[in-house]
Amino acid sequence: MIRYLFNFLIFPGFLFTAIFGLLVTWVDRKVSARVQWRVGPPWYQSFLDLVKLSMKEITVPQGASRPLFFLSPLLGLSAVMLSSTFIWLANMDFSSIGFTGDLIVIVYLLTLPSLAVMLGASASANPLASLGASREIKLMLAYELPFILSLSVPIIKTGGLLRLGQIAAYQAANGPFVFSASGILAVLVAVFCVQAKLGLVPFDMAEAETEIMGGVFIEYSGILLAIFKLTRAMMMVALPVLLVTLFLGGFGLWKYLILVVAAILIKNTNPRVKIDQAMRFFWGKMTMLATLAVLLAIAGL
Amino acid sequence: MMGFRLKALTKSIWVYHMSTGSCNNCDIEILDMLTPRFDAERFGITLVGSIRHADAILVTGSLNLKALPLIKKIYAQAPKPCVVIAIGTCACGQGIFRNGPNCPDPVDSVLPVDVYIPGCPPKPEAMIAGITKLIEKLTSKK
Repeated sequence: MIRYLFNFLIFPGFLFTAIFGLLVTWVDRKVSARVQWRVGPPWYQSFLDLVKLSMKEITVPQGASRPLFFLSPLLGLSAVMLSSTFIWLANMDFSSIGFTGDLIVIVYLLTLPSLAVMLGASASANPLASLGASREIKLMLAYELPFILSLSVPIIKTGGLLRLGQIAAYQAANGPFVFSASGILAVLVAVFCVQAKLGLVPFDMAEAETEIMGGVFIEYSGILLAIFKLTRAMMMVALPVLLVTLFLGGFGLWKYLILVVAAILIKNTNPRVKIDQAMRFFWGKMTMLATLAVLLAIAGL
Repeated sequence: MMGFRLKALTKSIWVYHMSTGSCNNCDIEILDMLTPRFDAERFGITLVGSIRHADAILVTGSLNLKALPLIKKIYAQAPKPCVVIAIGTCACGQGIFRNGPNCPDPVDSVLPVDVYIPGCPPKPEAMIAGITKLIEKLTSKK
């Protein structure tokens, strides 16, 4: 029991993932700065931002639904804490705490931060926030289908294994899936879906600072905003590590960094798309590619 | 511990940009401050879209009658602690609009201005110098 609590709260759950995620947020800001020929912030900048936000006043807008406004950041944070614990444990020991079907649970848990953002935005009684929430809902409808299709490729290739640790062990024995035709297609689709799940630039229309002024986060201040930022940072660890586990054969810092830097470069070289363009992209090209990957995986390629 | 908290406050200033009827010249210079040449993100300064995320309000322009109620509302909505920086001659002391009928009140009669950065428009170097003075003021006060 104490071991589970330790796993959940300290290593590799909350504390470890949070510190790792904040460092990765710095990597994001530094690489973006270097792409734009700037110097960029020091490595501890994300920690300073969090400390500063936690000292600020919490403002609640008039007419907001107070319980929902306060609870939705915690909902997202707890979901990402639990899912990152599962993902790390499956990487550390292939036969550890996981259970049959934990992959399905992880996929569900990783949708909860987006739901929390929608709930919080809808509770904050701001027209721009509800506009952002409606965009977030549409974006989620768009990316979930190709994301789940691409995640089903490793399940098919292992012959129906639904346990994350077992999929990693299968790859350790038979080579990573990314070196097969279906695997590389599925990774491509999954990287774009992760980009949308993280709200990074081509798909950040729910936030859109220059257009709807922070959108879903417009009314959040102080520690509530800090919790949303922390959730986002932890998602930046959990999602790429999940892809590394499923397709690249278990965690390695270089494999993880390659995925993250690819996401940052996509972010820095693309303009924000409109929501209809994003839906067409995911339901059109990405779903077709993911379906092709599934068919190839069934054919055994 | 106190020093760390103060460092977090002064090394991560998120600015919100409020134009109260300026000629856009100061606004362009503010954007210049964030470009690769000056790169204010080195010091943790970033531009945010919502007043709820802001630690500093940059006021430009000669505070005309239309902007007067709005800027009061904006300041009331800002989460405290929040500093106000007046940028440009108009925001500092009304400039050539001193006797104008549309701009009766100077900015510092409405908001508690912490730093004045004069100039028409002020250079990005002047703004960075002003923010340095603001940080010195904040660290010596506490």
